Amino acid sequence: MRLNSLMTKTILALFAFNLVTGNLSLAKEYTLLNVSYDPTREFYKTYNQAFADYWKEKTGDMVKVNQSHGGAGKQARAVIDGLEADVVTLALAYDIDAIGEKTGYFGPDWQKHLPHNSAPYTSTIVFLVRKGNPKGIKDWDDIIKTGVAVITPNPKTSGGARWNFLAAWGYALKKNGGDEKAARNFVTALYKNVPILDSGARGSTTTFVKRGIGDVFLSWENEAFLAINELGPDQFEIVVPSVSILAEPPVTVVDQVAKKHGTFEVAKAYLDYLFSPVGQKLAAKHYYRPVAPEHADPADIARFPKVNLFTVGDVFGGWQKAQKTHFADGGTFDQIYVPSR
Amino acid sequence: MTTQSITPNTLGDAALTEPKAVRWLLSGLALTFLILFLVVPLVAVFVQALEKGVDTYWAAIIEPDALAAIRLTLIAAGVSVPLNLVFGIAAAWAITKFKFRGKAFLITLIDLPFSVSPVISGFIYVLLFGLQGWLGPWLKAHDIQLIFAVPGIVLATIFVTFPFVARELIPLMQAQGTEEEEAALVLGASGWQIFFRVTLPNVIWGVLYGVILCNARAMGEFGAVSVVSGHIRGLTNTLPLHVEILYNEYNFAAAFAVATLLALLAILTLVAKALLEKKVRHAVKSATKPIGVE
Amino acid sequence: MIAIKQRGVLPGFGLAMGFTILYLSLIVLIPLSSLLFKTATLSWVDFWGTVASARVLASFRLTFGAALIAALINGVFGLLVAWVLVRYKIPGKRIIDALVDLPFALPTAVAGITLAGLYSSNGWIGRFIEPLGLKIAYTPLGIMVAMTFIGIPFVVRTVQPVLEDLEKELEEAAACLGANRWQTFVRVIFPAITPALLTGFALAYARAIGEYGSVIFIAGNMPMVSEITPLLIITKLEQYDYAGATAIASVMLLFSFLILLSINLVQWWSRRHAER
Repeated sequence: MRLNSLMTKTILALFAFNLVTGNLSLAKEYTLLNVSYDPTREFYKTYNQAFADYWKEKTGDMVKVNQSHGGAGKQARAVIDGLEADVVTLALAYDIDAIGEKTGYFGPDWQKHLPHNSAPYTSTIVFLVRKGNPKGIKDWDDIIKTGVAVITPNPKTSGGARWNFLAAWGYALKKNGGDEKAARNFVTALYKNVPILDSGARGSTTTFVKRGIGDVFLSWENEAFLAINELGPDQFEIVVPSVSILAEPPVTVVDQVAKKHGTFEVAKAYLDYLFSPVGQKLAAKHYYRPVAPEHADPADIARFPKVNLFTVGDVFGGWQKAQKTHFADGGTFDQIYVPSR
Repeated sequence: MTTQSITPNTLGDAALTEPKAVRWLLSGLALTFLILFLVVPLVAVFVQALEKGVDTYWAAIIEPDALAAIRLTLIAAGVSVPLNLVFGIAAAWAITKFKFRGKAFLITLIDLPFSVSPVISGFIYVLLFGLQGWLGPWLKAHDIQLIFAVPGIVLATIFVTFPFVARELIPLMQAQGTEEEEAALVLGASGWQIFFRVTLPNVIWGVLYGVILCNARAMGEFGAVSVVSGHIRGLTNTLPLHVEILYNEYNFAAAFAVATLLALLAILTLVAKALLEKKVRHAVKSATKPIGVE
Repeated sequence: MIAIKQRGVLPGFGLAMGFTILYLSLIVLIPLSSLLFKTATLSWVDFWGTVASARVLASFRLTFGAALIAALINGVFGLLVAWVLVRYKIPGKRIIDALVDLPFALPTAVAGITLAGLYSSNGWIGRFIEPLGLKIAYTPLGIMVAMTFIGIPFVVRTVQPVLEDLEKELEEAAACLGANRWQTFVRVIFPAITPALLTGFALAYARAIGEYGSVIFIAGNMPMVSEITPLLIITKLEQYDYAGATAIASVMLLFSFLILLSINLVQWWSRRHAER
């Protein structure tokens, strides 16, 4: 089905292209490169078409958006090393910070250029369990019990896995009145239950779903919904914990690259449109929690249960700090595995 | 030596072969190993590719992004194989027809790309041509895009397939010695004449053998290319990268369908190679020492 | 380094050698040197702190150890396969022969995913092995399986031609002198194929050390247990620690280079020895 629609789109695009080249004076053609992370593939596939339609109607110009997907860190590195992205839509502000810092393409205040800290949609960390929830998992405390196998990717290589780690840490902090040691013990117990650390989120999904390994899979909410839909509606259930983390995947225009390409206006409009009713509706449809839920289909919104959410800023003092404390070499994640000397 | 030596058990000499039980045991062991490590994985790839039926299989292959990936893979192989071929012949000529010190060292340098982790094979070009690398700022100032574009992919492919032709030719030409060439020289032939009339005919099948291996590896390379590709759908994805994308989209059947293209290609080239190999053996039988050994 | 002192009468040495050195430098040496230069930006203390940390040392042990075992398996079974393919008549020999090179052409990620699927507890092979109490996928054993897979062609393809070329007369002579089959193999055949076996072993070993794509899917990647060195390099890159990544890579490169060089020297020596 997806293939068909893609082919239709390509044919339409070719057709439209012919029309355009036939009437050179009327319309311009823009190409944008959106460098994104793994779980946004399906969303941007639809959104790019919606934006192209909108832009055509508004200005008469054609926009083709090329997509590049991969692990968030790898994608950020590619941009730093010269992949000429017009816009980046990544999992963590940390990675976008790194791009700005190393290339000077945009200033450190990039997150202020768009509403909601430049995050048009949010998500959270939920549990995916097998049908009927045989291990009776209801909340964070259940997943550190002995005999429960937890699947989560490696936080050193996967942005999503860092959200999982911080969600668990934040939960334990809250439960124990801010006791760092208790949080460390909780997370250590959790990772003792992890039999496999895949290098990326989708690798973990495969391990859990296709290989049948593990009792609970820590996952982004949108990924959990997608996994159920794509891989087995009658095999899995989503369990929402009492407390979880608010994941805000941010977006930004890569100012200097877009200016060089002459696409700055389009790129900006492309991201602005994410916050529009159409963008918000599509985000909700692809299981992201929209920042303006009033624009989304109520049926889509109804799928998101209420969760008590905390942010990285509240609990960890921002991504730079969280990264340094927990995920840098020798940080708390490494300490779980490497015996301290 | 006669052609019989290929199947020596036809000699019928009990002293020259093992008891039947031993033969069965050894054959059984070898086959078990091959089945476990080669046949079963190959069958698994095909089974998963055809899981959703032939229509899905076909649709995955003629999809525009897949076709773009096929095109890019052909370009990468099409550039890297001829370049490595020329290099392989030049290197083999220099190393085998002349005497100089440090040959083992030079051959080891040529071997080196075999042993470099694919992750690193790609990364060195990022260090060199990336924006933060040595030449990055200069390239950017002149608006030349090497990595995250086709040239970078081609470079990485050349690197990982670098040793194949040379590795194939060096032992072959070594074994053949220089007498024939020297005779031609005495008869007044020029350098190029010697090469094209004397040397090349002697090693032509070895050259093709090297080209086929080089080509298979060029089309199948994943790790190194992944680092320098940028993963832009329809633009900088080779076939192996396209497989990864499909897999990450939970499009398992399509991913394996595209993978079977590469496996089929491998099998095709390998069948071609098996045919060539027979001829190589005929062509160089009396003269040569085996491939892969100095 | 390479003393260019021509000892031959044929023309074209300058051109061929010049081009060889130029191309080698452009494609291999200069790019690889960027690795060393990047590493050199680290102080000695930082370098040592990086490559001698417990995590990295554990990964070296695992990677070099698993690669060694995989290369040994390939040495034994590669020799066996080559022997059977050359000496015995078995059905479907041509097809089997063609299959041997498959690991070169199949993208490593596909190999890794497929092997992980086969050897995991619900896979075709894993479901029979797991009840025996042996876990392969997501353990160091899985790493060995993947490394064995990608190294298969090397030993078979180096030993095969030597066996084919082996002079029958020697075996006949040995048999006439009263040697039994096993003695003939140990005293006559094995010494003749040893250099080839060594080459194949070395190439398979070097390739296994560097392998990433196929191993990563089957390894499980648990720190200190099943985390291979190339993964640690990636981990460093994820933290934008390029110098740390190149430091580990340089150590790996040095090891691989020394392995290959010693094998090539042994070969060179044994060849001259034989020619004498």
